[in-house]
Amino acid sequence: MSLTASTIEPDLDSDGGNERNDMTSGSLDGRPMWGIRVVSVAAGLAGYLAFGAVNWALWILVGLVVYVVTTLLVSRFVESPREATDRFSTAVMTSAFAVVLLPLVSVVWTVIERGSNRFDWDFYSTTMRGVIGEGGGGYHAIIGTLVITALTTIFAVPFGLFTAIYLVEYATGSRFAKAVTSLVDVMTGIPSIVAGLFAYALFVFLDDIPALTALSTGVGHRSGLAGAVALTLLMTPVVVRTSEEMLRLVPNELREASFALGVPRWRTIVKVVLPTAIAGILTGIVLAIARVIGETAPLLVTVGITADVNWNPIDGRMAALPVFSYNSYKFPTLPVEASQDRAWAAALTLVLLVVILFSIARILSSILKPKGLK
Amino acid sequence: MTMLDTPLPGGNDSSIDQPVGKAGDKVFFGLSFGAAALILVTLAAVALFLSYQGLYEYVVSDSDQLDGDGGFLSYVGPLVFGTVYISAIALLLATPVAIAVALYISHYAPRKIAQTLGYFIDLLAAIPSVVYGLWGITVLAPIISQSMFPWLRENLGFIPLFGSDVAIAQSGRSTFTVSVVLAVMVLPIITAISREVFLQTPRLHEEASLALGATRWEMIRQAVIPYGRSGVISGAMLGLGRALGETMAVAIILSPASGYFWDVLTAQNSNTIASNIALQFPESAGLEVNRLIATGLVLFVLTFAVNAVARRIASAGFSGADG
Repeated sequence: MSLTASTIEPDLDSDGGNERNDMTSGSLDGRPMWGIRVVSVAAGLAGYLAFGAVNWALWILVGLVVYVVTTLLVSRFVESPREATDRFSTAVMTSAFAVVLLPLVSVVWTVIERGSNRFDWDFYSTTMRGVIGEGGGGYHAIIGTLVITALTTIFAVPFGLFTAIYLVEYATGSRFAKAVTSLVDVMTGIPSIVAGLFAYALFVFLDDIPALTALSTGVGHRSGLAGAVALTLLMTPVVVRTSEEMLRLVPNELREASFALGVPRWRTIVKVVLPTAIAGILTGIVLAIARVIGETAPLLVTVGITADVNWNPIDGRMAALPVFSYNSYKFPTLPVEASQDRAWAAALTLVLLVVILFSIARILSSILKPKGLK
Repeated sequence: MTMLDTPLPGGNDSSIDQPVGKAGDKVFFGLSFGAAALILVTLAAVALFLSYQGLYEYVVSDSDQLDGDGGFLSYVGPLVFGTVYISAIALLLATPVAIAVALYISHYAPRKIAQTLGYFIDLLAAIPSVVYGLWGITVLAPIISQSMFPWLRENLGFIPLFGSDVAIAQSGRSTFTVSVVLAVMVLPIITAISREVFLQTPRLHEEASLALGATRWEMIRQAVIPYGRSGVISGAMLGLGRALGETMAVAIILSPASGYFWDVLTAQNSNTIASNIALQFPESAGLEVNRLIATGLVLFVLTFAVNAVARRIASAGFSGADG
């Protein structure tokens, strides 16, 4: 797939290959283009130095505008209008990319900068119990996040994987399978807060059944289990999607060979199909975990927040990192900075968790890739 | 009953659905079928519980108790307006940029760099929304409320979007800021999907265009964009679905008021459904909770409609060279 990207690369900036430009009066390839780039950077830098550092992003924008406009004008005069449009579009695409990088880099930078204020052992080893001003930490929230995410994974992975197995291995094209496929699509689109409301309503309902009351003790029907149910609703469709895609990639010849040897279907699935697709499936699962680990809204509704460690998902409120971060920022205690620092430290922890999960996914997919497949 | 009867997968034989007469096969088929059926049950439960707790318990039986004569509509109306308004602005800001970035990654950047960039974009889509919210209110809001708001008000104040009697929000906690943050959040999603379809453009289409002497931009206009159009639109719709349901960034940044507000620069803004639930839910009890669940149902229907349209467009696909 990625081959297509590399096929068309008439490198605009290389010095060689001037045959095409023999027909035009001049060419901007090579040095002239670099000249324009240097001028643009200089323009941005000059503005920054002359008018002060109120907002460095503004001067990057100015530099980009200079780049786009000069490219268009110079190319228009030196080369043909067609070449000018082409260079203009290249400049616009490149600038758009640079513009997008600005906020994204800023987000990452801010999280690291602000989060590092409380990125210390204290934050990872203490809870908020009895803490009013400075100090305290997110230990209880980390425990909560781990418990809830682990539960979610335990629910969603078999649920999603077996659904995918049904769709690919058992029910190719049946009407029921089509219905399930489109319902998975609907599930993918459920807003996270709606998933939270559903779990809440479900546990309020369960609470009325005497035998199940234990599931939703806790004040106001808040529990870690309810949170896990809400997150399962969000994670399952992602697992189904990726597993389905991976199972479909397994060549049919492998299944046929296995059947020909008299192996039952279920053993074929377990011993032949799954091992072949396992790299992609595990990668998909890890990425799905990364998606739900930062979910705030459903947990806000179903789990609430506490100040202390709670390992038991069916025993009332728990803290989770995203909710902890939100609450510390939205309802700070004095001094405000201490609360905000805790919020940012929790945010940094979350981002680190996501990055770690992404790295794990990457490593998994390269380690487990079967030798037969490219 | 022997294995010889086992149909091959992918065949059109309807007996595929039949489990083979072996205990292991029966169990395995049961598990898979059960999981698939559970998907159906789960979604039915979602619709049922939301309808019962929200629609029945509040809208049908008791809505005048909290909302007076206006009924539920007077409560949910401004919220729907706010949700759609903010998401639409976010989408307008994000889509053109996302398409340009996707084209850059798929057709302009060197291949090695392009792969890394794609990975980076995926990673950004997974950054939790609380983080974007915190960033929006600490970094972005002060910057754009000081540099852009006064300028927009002075120069474009004749448009209702930027002009009204209400003063500019000094804190920057306005619709405009939220829309920019949401645009940043949905951008990776739209980019990822667009990049994917752009990369799938048949190589022959591209090479044919180049062989006729087209420049790179002309090739993109002739081959890549017609091929990817439906994919891009459905990507944008998925981004819209995401923006509609986005909760935390809005709850953290926006300064809400109840009512309909067009001006995007002030501290009086129509709240979104999701953010309203997040803000109100922890302090609600009794009927108020049912009312919030009813608004959640409205949001569910709204995103469902948007996603359905997106899938429609996506499945329509590429219909021919002239697009």
